Amino acid sequence: MLVPWINQLLQGILLGGLYTLFATGLSLSAGVMRFVNIAHGDFIVLVCFALLVLTTALGFNPAVATLIVLPFAFLLGFGLQRFLLQRVVGENVLLPILMTFGLSIIIQNGLLEGFGANTRKLSGGWLETATVALGQGINVGLFQVLTFITAVALVAVLDLLLYRTGIGAKIRAVSDDVAAADLIGLSSSRIYAVAMGISFVTVGIAAGFMSVWTNFDPASGPTRLLIAFEVVVLGGLGSLWGSLAGGIVLGVAQSIGGQWDIAWQTLAGHIIFLVVLAVRPQGLFPRYG
Amino acid sequence: MITATTSEPLLTLAGVSVFYGNFRAIDQVDIAVGAGEVVSIIGANGAGKTTLLRAIIGQAERVEGRIAFAGNDIVGSSTEAIVRSGIMLVPEGRRLFPSLTVEENLQLGWEVGRRGNIGFDNVYHLFPVLQERRRQRAGSLSGGEQQMVALGRALLANPRLLLCDEISLGLAPRMVAELFALIPAIKSGGMGILIVEQDIGRSLSVADRFYCLLEGRVSLGGRPSEVSREAVMRHYFGL
Repeated sequence: MLVPWINQLLQGILLGGLYTLFATGLSLSAGVMRFVNIAHGDFIVLVCFALLVLTTALGFNPAVATLIVLPFAFLLGFGLQRFLLQRVVGENVLLPILMTFGLSIIIQNGLLEGFGANTRKLSGGWLETATVALGQGINVGLFQVLTFITAVALVAVLDLLLYRTGIGAKIRAVSDDVAAADLIGLSSSRIYAVAMGISFVTVGIAAGFMSVWTNFDPASGPTRLLIAFEVVVLGGLGSLWGSLAGGIVLGVAQSIGGQWDIAWQTLAGHIIFLVVLAVRPQGLFPRYG
Repeated sequence: MITATTSEPLLTLAGVSVFYGNFRAIDQVDIAVGAGEVVSIIGANGAGKTTLLRAIIGQAERVEGRIAFAGNDIVGSSTEAIVRSGIMLVPEGRRLFPSLTVEENLQLGWEVGRRGNIGFDNVYHLFPVLQERRRQRAGSLSGGEQQMVALGRALLANPRLLLCDEISLGLAPRMVAELFALIPAIKSGGMGILIVEQDIGRSLSVADRFYCLLEGRVSLGGRPSEVSREAVMRHYFGL
């Protein structure tokens, strides 16, 4: 009787890997840079459609297509921040929300116009169906395991980048005190742009795995955003390793909830989120103690 | 009222006005600072001292007039470019990055600045306590130690002109004396130093020349030795 539950626990942990991928970019932009990007989920979906074009029209393998997309994702994030979003960075936190909300609508409708409302998915080929047998009749998907490993690796790399490199120190400096950075000649607008570029690289990676793992359509963005937000808040604002923990908690809650009663799958995740928010509003691993 | 400088002027402000919206915070100011010279700007609260420094460093809203540094007009240049050309500010209130370590804060100064002789060794020699605390978060340091980091960060940018905004603010008198005692050593390397300070006595004691600001205008200027304390007070308060 225990086996199905253990199975669901494992599946939930692996799902947490995907959720972590959704959230790392938001953790960086919202948690560290204090820039709330409402279009985060829509940008993930936008890249999914870009991957769709690369794989179907040009015949690239999804993994190759994702690698091709990453530098462009960086440039998109960098350019967007430098030339558009930077104009609303400042005291008023409503302005970035409004602007990215507008971008969200533009992306969704643009995709609808260009691709129609059909549900899409990329084929992962043999990788998608390959499983790893763990005994006791428990099998986990190889692709899911790879996703989880990627999520852990991404968090580790971003953490090193943020805490062990020069550009990371600059990002944290701007996060600490934007005006002080400008006063000493550390151009905050360029640091913001680099940080958003890095955030968009994670968006590209998330899209690569999501487009094979789940279905997507032009309206899929907001649900991804919701998951990403819950993960970031669960883990603690600005804490990258916290995002991994938050992703796993959310994934396991949904998975166990679904095992208990399929109607409870999504609800269980939201309930855990609300409970943690009520009991520990600073998140599981707050960066600011 | 430009007074003769002891050496070639490094920084020259000619007819500089600074505005916040329609408010003229600095009105037609002429100031010069030479290499290896300590110039003090005194003035009451709201006289425009900090605004003047912000204008020099490229962080003022609107500037009219000419600010020449080493012969180049820097009005309209980015702070980044100004810092790289050799002007660095020790901001009022220190403005360290509290979550960064002492070493990371200093490193930022090194990275934004110009290449020069001053390295980490020199800063740790000036402030041995910073070497002990280099792995600590800057926010966990005492006010005096934080001011050392702020000064060290500025020195690591290897400026030709150092701007110091109220470095005595909130510090114990002994600490202030220690910091001011360093100024002759810093200036002996040929660096020009512009000090903004409310503590008139302390400020004039290290200055080669001074300017007194009153409501955005230079009300008095000269050498501390040549002006009476009464004259300074009169122009300080505008009585």
